[in-house]
Amino acid sequence: MEISRETLLDMHRRMVRIRTFEEEAGKLMESGKVPGALHLYVGEEAVAAGVMTHLRDQDQITSTHRGHGHLVAKGGDLKKMYAELYGRVTGYCKGKGGSMHICDLDLGMLGANGIVGAGPVIAIGAAFSNRYRKTDNVTVCFFGDGASNEGTFHEAANMAALYKLPVVFVCENNGFGEFTRQERHQAVHDIADRAAGYGMPGVIVDGMDAIAVHEAAGEAIARARRGLGPTLLECKTYRYFDHVGVRGMGVIYRDDSEVLEWRKRDPIELMESRLAEQGILSADEAAAIRAGFLAEVREAIAFAEASPFPAPEALMEDIYTTAAG
Amino acid sequence: MTTTEAPVARELTYVAAVGEAFGQLMREDPNVFICGEDVSLYGSVFGVTRGLLAEFGPERVVDTPISESGIMGLGLGAAATGLRPIVDIMFMDFMTVCMDEIVNQIAKMKYMFGGKAVLPLTIHTMAGAGSSMAAQHSQSLEAWFCHVPGLKVVMPSGPYEAKGLLVAAVRDDNPVMVINTKTLLGMRAEVPEALYEIPLGKANVVRPGTNFTIVAIGRMVSESLKAAETLAADGLDVEVIDPRTLQPFDTETVVASVRKTHRALIAHEAVRFGGIGAEFAAQIQEEAFDHLDAPVGRVGAPFSPVPFSPVLEKEYMPNADRIVSEVRRILGKQA
Repeated sequence: MEISRETLLDMHRRMVRIRTFEEEAGKLMESGKVPGALHLYVGEEAVAAGVMTHLRDQDQITSTHRGHGHLVAKGGDLKKMYAELYGRVTGYCKGKGGSMHICDLDLGMLGANGIVGAGPVIAIGAAFSNRYRKTDNVTVCFFGDGASNEGTFHEAANMAALYKLPVVFVCENNGFGEFTRQERHQAVHDIADRAAGYGMPGVIVDGMDAIAVHEAAGEAIARARRGLGPTLLECKTYRYFDHVGVRGMGVIYRDDSEVLEWRKRDPIELMESRLAEQGILSADEAAAIRAGFLAEVREAIAFAEASPFPAPEALMEDIYTTAAG
Repeated sequence: MTTTEAPVARELTYVAAVGEAFGQLMREDPNVFICGEDVSLYGSVFGVTRGLLAEFGPERVVDTPISESGIMGLGLGAAATGLRPIVDIMFMDFMTVCMDEIVNQIAKMKYMFGGKAVLPLTIHTMAGAGSSMAAQHSQSLEAWFCHVPGLKVVMPSGPYEAKGLLVAAVRDDNPVMVINTKTLLGMRAEVPEALYEIPLGKANVVRPGTNFTIVAIGRMVSESLKAAETLAADGLDVEVIDPRTLQPFDTETVVASVRKTHRALIAHEAVRFGGIGAEFAAQIQEEAFDHLDAPVGRVGAPFSPVPFSPVLEKEYMPNADRIVSEVRRILGKQA
């Protein structure tokens, strides 16, 4: 597949935007400025960028507890995102959802989710609806190696294949279910092997390489759009930070050498070196892009910090849909 | 009635009333579809979806694998993206294998998303003992779902309620759980042919009375009416109230009744301990304590799994006789 210069730059920008958002969010959590827990996406940016460059706003995604990157890549508004992390009324969920429930239904982002493995069954519902409403929209379900052990994944994969639903299951295999290494939580090495058990294609791709993800996702998404059914796309990737928060190094559950090894194939650096080789993006231009997103992020953080908290009476609002709306 | 008069209502069984409502709702709104185990070709094990496949086709009458989480997720994802699904969970006991979808996802999505999500989803199921189906096919678990903000819960007591509440549930823009009672499925009553709604959250005074209030749900409504006849011989004029909707609960109608009668009893088939009757009783004493002449009574099942053997099951199931003796016991305790 020939990938246009615009698409390559688009993927790069989406990755840098995620990285900047997440690194700054991590600092805010560590300094106690945002309440609660954040599950950060740093290291896995190539997956979101490679997939999302194929999707339209009407195409839905289901996300995970590690969901910021998916929303940023789908075109999320950083102001509303940070405001949500801060629990402010200007946030995506008016401060009622926080990091783990961040969403943008207008962008087809059906929510980050606090329950591991919740997404697959929601995704088949959205995919069913796409076909029922006679659209050619597709639904992409992001989930991790940990979630692949939940029964919901099994049920959804079986039903998606049975009904030939326009859905793509994108497994972000970052090697850990929370703090438990993959070989300690499942006997298979390649989660894509499981696809055969459902009668759907299983594809393995380098999840640190946005171009590889983009190519494989393109095929799977096109297949789903044509009504040929689901694909399980396993992206081998890595989480630089811990399950929650930042640290990531000097921890009991993995060696620092492993982290450093993966960082040698950093998805953004990988893309930048290719773009430089092809004369598409210079180092200066790349630095300017980073600076641009840092400015956007800082402006968004300032917006969030200046935003009001919800009024106490908002506690009892939005539980039910009423005639008034 | 002369033959020239148009009949206002015909007698229908509970099953036929539900089936008629499904068909009419699907004709009314092309976004309504039904999915569940054996709902399509087989017409559901209870017969409530018989005939729908022929009229609406497999796209709108969807047989599913035995995958309750998958079915519930299908309904959730479809509802969140513009459809109006009816999800059939064959036996209420099977809610246990899709609790995440109901409790963590469906009930909370609107709130977690700051009000943005609209989930017009109906969860349709069958509860209750009395058919020797034993402990995993006979439970009445309505109290669990009334405890979860974001859900509405209705429990029809007969064919008229079954149709009217189902119509209201499907037309509502919130997730509504419709809990039918298996032993009522053969019950016959007058049911209007037209599509009608029974408003959610509004109780029905089934039998007006002056000096005792029985609040009964599901099958216990007809049992309470029988009990009321027996108690009439004691000189008691019992008012029977069917809340119809358990969540939101019509506190006002019930409390108004108790202020008049000064005595109350709650009857449900579910296990008494932690049953929804405990909440009803608490609300009555909070709102009408000064009007009560006796403690609020409760009739429910003993704290036991539902047994298999008909002899044991008979021992388990609350009925009119138990209501009568509990009412008499309460009267003996009057201040």
